[in-house]
Amino acid sequence: MIDVREAITRAHHEEWARVVAALTRRCGDLDIAEEAAAEAFATAVERWPADGVPPNPGGWLTITANRKAIDRIRRENKRDDRHREAQMVYADDPPEPLGAVDDDRLRLIFTCCHPALAMQARVALTLRMVGGLTVPEIARAFLVRETALEQRITRAKAKIKAARIPYRMPAAEDLPARVTGVLAVLYLVFNEGYLATGPDTDPARHDLTAEAIRLTRLIRALLPDDGEVAGLLALMLLTEARRTARVSASGELVTLDEQDRGAWDTALIAEGHRLVRERLAAAAAGVTPGRYQILAAVNAVHTSARDIRDTDWSQVLALYDQLVRLDPSPIIALNRAIAVAELDGPEVALAAVDRLEDNLAGYHAYHATRAELLRRLGRSQKSRGAYEKAIELAGNTAETACLTRRRDQLG
Amino acid sequence: MQYLISVIDDGTGPATPKEDAAIDVFNDRLQAEGHWVFAGGLASPNSATVIDNRGEEVLVTDGPFLESKEYLAGFWIIEAPDLDVALKLAVEGSKACNRKIEVRPFLSA
Repeated sequence: MIDVREAITRAHHEEWARVVAALTRRCGDLDIAEEAAAEAFATAVERWPADGVPPNPGGWLTITANRKAIDRIRRENKRDDRHREAQMVYADDPPEPLGAVDDDRLRLIFTCCHPALAMQARVALTLRMVGGLTVPEIARAFLVRETALEQRITRAKAKIKAARIPYRMPAAEDLPARVTGVLAVLYLVFNEGYLATGPDTDPARHDLTAEAIRLTRLIRALLPDDGEVAGLLALMLLTEARRTARVSASGELVTLDEQDRGAWDTALIAEGHRLVRERLAAAAAGVTPGRYQILAAVNAVHTSARDIRDTDWSQVLALYDQLVRLDPSPIIALNRAIAVAELDGPEVALAAVDRLEDNLAGYHAYHATRAELLRRLGRSQKSRGAYEKAIELAGNTAETACLTRRRDQLG
Repeated sequence: MQYLISVIDDGTGPATPKEDAAIDVFNDRLQAEGHWVFAGGLASPNSATVIDNRGEEVLVTDGPFLESKEYLAGFWIIEAPDLDVALKLAVEGSKACNRKIEVRPFLSA
């Protein structure tokens, strides 16, 4: 039973985007593709425990989803859909050359990230259609109500259909502009994998981080000169390199200062550092780095230190200062404060963090950072309160475990 | 697929001769490339008359149906295979007429 459930989960992670992308290409309708894919997975949940896992789960899901799509088109029974139905029933898809599947998913991504859609809609749509996340998962990632998110996705799909947003790769001259929106979406997908939310999900979803990295690599291959693509890829690699050290055997989050740095993936770090060096050379030549490049550089500083005590915090702070000028968001300011704590002490950092309360009172990391600073200042009572608030708001099981232990260790 | 490109006047007033010339060039291009369906400039909203014949009596009202600082100053109807093509044309249209424009698809049959 557990094996079947695992097989379904794995199939969902591995096949969802492929099924949706292939169906969208065949029937030209995201809505039908999404619904049919969801029904196919629901059918798998129903059948596989009794019938066993099919030898080729992806193929089974694609065929089942295809049938579901034809069923729906028949149900709607629109005259203009007859042709489409005939196409789906009779058209033999030529066998995909190796790698064409990736292009199909990229096509899906560029459609979902189309500039005629609001940014929030692009992100929501991509996570749903490409990432295969459920509406509750996405709603949680964005801190919005499920109904609002559902509406956002429905509206976006309706616009794609009514305005005929094409299902294809953008023209070469449009590519750079189109990529910016895609990168924002991929970074969000990566973050959902890096710090997965929900009580029933693994604390870190390697499939999502791996997927985000894979797609970012593809875009990097297409746009080798785009600094932000390189920056985002480096940022992801340097974060992913610490993956195994980030969660303990007992499923608890291990913070940067307590990680076993010997467990970091040196190959990923080397690749990430190469990319950062490439961007540093470009910056030295006068190219202004964007936010991903700066964040990658921060991570390069961390991954260059063999021990937390060797961390070049003044370099980290200088990079955050650069980032604040580019993006004056409270979350950047919060992360900057962590570097401030190392250089100027927890008292100064706490004052900076407290100024962010209006914007970040609903954000668990704000309370976790406060709790940590208060603990270092010996204010146990206040620290405990902040830990409890952070535990209440944290959606990640490993993070909750870490916060709980630290709270319980307070004197 | 047809799209309505609405030209929005947000206080800019009537087109200048230079803008008119740029619009002519853009129109020629639309026709040459087969995107042209129809286009026209509209007189000021003050010249509008609103008719409502849904009830027993015809109601005739002087002035536009919506008083607004932004109003429709003109439009193009273009033929384009998809939104990407329509948006590209709209980007040039906006430059030509020197105004904000809105692209909206017609309901497809």
